[in-house]
Amino acid sequence: MKFDPFIIPFNIGLYFILIYVVSRSVIWFRDLSRPDKLRLQRGFFGIAFGLSLKEIFMESLIHRKIFKTNIRLGYMHMSLAFGWFLLILFGTIEADIFSAKHLNAPYKAIFFRFFNPDHGRMGFEAAYGFLMDLILAFILSGLLVAVLKRFYSKIVGMKKTTRLKMSDRIALTSLWLIFPSRLLAESFTCGAYGTGSFLTGSLGAWFATFLPAQQMAYPFWWLYSISLGTFFVLLPITRYMHIPTELFLIFMRNSGIKTGDKTGTYSEVQTYSCSSCGICIDACQLNFSAGITNIQSAYLMKAIRNNDDVSEIADNCLMCGRCDQKCPVGIELSPIRMIQRRAGEAENDFRNIYKGYFRSRQPIISEKAIGSSNYSFLHETDPEKADILYFAGCMTHLTPTIKNSMIKILDASGVKYNFIDEQGGVCCGRPLMLAGQDKEARELINYNSQMIWKSGAHTLITSCPICYKVFKESYYLDVEVLHHTQFIKMLIDEGSVKLNFLRNKVVYHSPCDLGRGSGVYDEPKEVLNHVSRLQKSNFEDGNSLCCGGSLANMKISSQKKKKIALEAAIELTKDNPDILATACPLCKKTFSAVTETRVADISEIVAEALIEKPVKKNNISNVKSIRELANI
Amino acid sequence: MEKFGFTISKGRQIDYESNNRRIAEYIFENEPSFRLCFECGGCSATCTTANFTGFSLRELNILIKRGENDQVRSTLKKCMLCGKCTLVCPRGVNTRNIVVLAKQAFQKSDEYEI
Repeated sequence: MKFDPFIIPFNIGLYFILIYVVSRSVIWFRDLSRPDKLRLQRGFFGIAFGLSLKEIFMESLIHRKIFKTNIRLGYMHMSLAFGWFLLILFGTIEADIFSAKHLNAPYKAIFFRFFNPDHGRMGFEAAYGFLMDLILAFILSGLLVAVLKRFYSKIVGMKKTTRLKMSDRIALTSLWLIFPSRLLAESFTCGAYGTGSFLTGSLGAWFATFLPAQQMAYPFWWLYSISLGTFFVLLPITRYMHIPTELFLIFMRNSGIKTGDKTGTYSEVQTYSCSSCGICIDACQLNFSAGITNIQSAYLMKAIRNNDDVSEIADNCLMCGRCDQKCPVGIELSPIRMIQRRAGEAENDFRNIYKGYFRSRQPIISEKAIGSSNYSFLHETDPEKADILYFAGCMTHLTPTIKNSMIKILDASGVKYNFIDEQGGVCCGRPLMLAGQDKEARELINYNSQMIWKSGAHTLITSCPICYKVFKESYYLDVEVLHHTQFIKMLIDEGSVKLNFLRNKVVYHSPCDLGRGSGVYDEPKEVLNHVSRLQKSNFEDGNSLCCGGSLANMKISSQKKKKIALEAAIELTKDNPDILATACPLCKKTFSAVTETRVADISEIVAEALIEKPVKKNNISNVKSIRELANI
Repeated sequence: MEKFGFTISKGRQIDYESNNRRIAEYIFENEPSFRLCFECGGCSATCTTANFTGFSLRELNILIKRGENDQVRSTLKKCMLCGKCTLVCPRGVNTRNIVVLAKQAFQKSDEYEI
């Protein structure tokens, strides 16, 4: 038998998706910026290619990272992805070895049993048949988990599963039908011919006892072909587009391409690589503490893919970065969300099926500017010359104990510094950036940069992680930016300050912008270890919670913020510590409102532990007072 | 005629008939906590911008609610969105969002969308 009409749906689907993927990748490559094109070319001939192959195997097939998060969910993803891959691979080999000729058309491998019903009676053929049955059983076991998960997500240890749109549902149904229909089709054929291994063979033999196997097989081969064809044709407009796209993503990431701050190929590839696995939903505190269940990153990716208006989703997020850490695909979710915040309101794009397949090229959205900004009231200042600057930040001015503790520590250490915003400074600009108003933020950044540059400092210490992150990332300054915890660590290492051991039990809450946002995890904990008994919590480092006070979320109500803070505080103070330590004035303020435990910034604890020693008084303040006297 | 430096002061009555309340209504709709404000002035007291120039969120809130928007439009741009006002607000008003929404509302009213 050479040909049968039932293979037509499969062939249409297969060639459609092949052509589609090739043309789509050409468009994606064309839209890359020139440096990114060069990176990709260099990556193709460099080590990135090998790394990518390894990562594709570990992540796209085995799904190692999902396994780490959740074994049952990992098994489900692995059995479908790796199992299907093995089925195709060994199916092709089978067709190549046992057919009359080599290099067959793809359908010969997929529908091998239909075209070779007598195959697999004994010896090596039977052993190979056993292998193929084993792979099929492997996939079917995963499929069973997937079906159960859809109706009862707790089975795989997930609290929530993603909601689907219509085309996703059809694609999901066809995906679910592929393997059972293959099983039935093969079983009936094997039953009719008395072949097959432990699964198809025994099932077929049993069917043959009471059903006309020969006649029953043919409709199931049709069903198998149609479900494959439907799945392939729907693939580009559903979440299953992640199957081909993730390969590009891994390769692009290994070549060193970054999201940046504008829409482009890489952000589009990332949005299509999201498989809506739902791990970000379970990680999100807005979901499990505040009960906001429609704004998680999986939904953001889905809304972007569907050209929906995403402004509501994009704005309602704490930007704590927990989902970034947990995403098994490694999509840079926060930068993509920031791009959407910067974008103005989406134009109501006319949506139809055609648009789903051929997206209009995403316009490179320019920064949204609400009128012209106006900070002309800020006058240039002439700061004192100093090597070390201390920038407290707005939030630190709201929590004066942190400010005073820092002054105490700085004075005790004997370094010469200038408290640059002692009389209240200008905002660092990050709050404006988080609201998507980059242009206005740039004005403040320029003002602050000028002030820092004029002071001629080489080190800038800040008490606020929000300021720290923006000073590090968005200021183009030739100064070393330190968070005060890093600075205190430095002082302790140098021996510039002597500290008592306080014997307090302390639990450390890692602020989002300092920990996940800037990667400063160790210094605060080392400082705390130096002066107190540091307890471990269940939420350390990358897994740490958000206090809920984040400036990033404009939409959330104060009640819900409080709820997040309360639940986080309860989790952190489970072991009854004396002090809930943090390194951020905003976290301190938020937690103080909801917990009985004392909340303190690390600088406060260090200031308490400080052994006062007679040091020469900082001479800057002297200079100031002399000048003031002269003015009078 | 001799001028003694006296002038007739401008009328101070609030004419709700002629005032434009659309900006206020847009904010009420999108940020219901705007209704909670009892104009205590905590926001103005802590404001980063107010440290440099005359800027009072409390005053702006009152003006927006009255519908006297002319002055608000230009003054609003001075806000740095630093968020201190939200933290000190005793009523839990989401003040940052009010500023952002007011900016949006002005832009939309320019484009005749509201």
